[in-house]
Amino acid sequence: MMRFILPFVVFVVLAVFLAIGLNLNPREVPSPLVGKPAPAFTLPQLHESTKQFSPSDMKGQVWLLNVWASWCVSCKEEHPVLMELSRRNIVPIYGLDYKDKQADAELWLKKGGDPYVLSVADTEGRIGIDYGVYGVPETYVIDKQGVIQYKQIGPVTPQSLTEKILPLVAELQAK
Amino acid sequence: MKYLLILLFTLLPAFSYAGEAKDMAADPVLEQRMIGLAEKLRCLVCQNESLASSHAELAEDLRREVREQMQKGMTDQEIIDYLVSRYGDFVLYDPPVKASTLVLWYGPFALLLIGAGVLVFQLRKRRSQIAEPQLSDADAHRAAELLEQSEKPEELMKKDPQA
Repeated sequence: MMRFILPFVVFVVLAVFLAIGLNLNPREVPSPLVGKPAPAFTLPQLHESTKQFSPSDMKGQVWLLNVWASWCVSCKEEHPVLMELSRRNIVPIYGLDYKDKQADAELWLKKGGDPYVLSVADTEGRIGIDYGVYGVPETYVIDKQGVIQYKQIGPVTPQSLTEKILPLVAELQAK
Repeated sequence: MKYLLILLFTLLPAFSYAGEAKDMAADPVLEQRMIGLAEKLRCLVCQNESLASSHAELAEDLRREVREQMQKGMTDQEIIDYLVSRYGDFVLYDPPVKASTLVLWYGPFALLLIGAGVLVFQLRKRRSQIAEPQLSDADAHRAAELLEQSEKPEELMKKDPQA
């Protein structure tokens, strides 16, 4: 009897490991920045380049930093979700326009609507590297103390909003 | 005309050779050092390529970043630490030994030990199974008788004068 049970148990263990492995998304590299202060930067605003924005301006507020670009395909998918979120006025969304051309970015916001309180232009992608951006779009949830609490890799979906981001935002705002 | 076109198309691949990722090699020594370091780092976009060989835009930016940090006089280790703090251990082709990677590093050896243990156990078990069978007294007696009988023909032959 043991002769059959043992290989069967080994097989099940192996199958479970493979099943977990196959269901992980290799594209989602967990960010070491979660739990760390959001890297500082000062960048000109997209619409008014004479004005600047820095994450330290946001101390005391829970906010989202959404990395986007007009050339980014999945941003198209994400855009209506962000529009809806900004309409609901729950949490301010700030945009980091990553490696984009000013004219393209402005056209994009004019066409699809602008869900952002404001966007800043990271033309050379340097701030992106500081934030560990590797696949636009990415969204950071930053708390009142300026600490990154969550990073969404890939587009924000209605599901990720209701399951993860909004509960987290509510929890952080209550703190 | 048709053949000319075909000829032209067959020649086409000659113009489409793959080039190395282009970089500004202002200082060849530094560039060499940068490439050496970038070979140990993984491109986040095309995950099975090193930062040195990748053509992805992010890889180009990261090479620029590494180059600039080298120009600032940072050591290789400082640059690696910076990238790990931004992108996690995933940027390293050589994962560090720590609690979460223990299985990765020592798992194979553990499996080997378990395998060796099972082998030794099975061999011991087999040996005990094929141990010398104990002869009962009756069997021993019968065996002795049989041996005795088998000697007899020889004796007979010796006694036979015609042999």
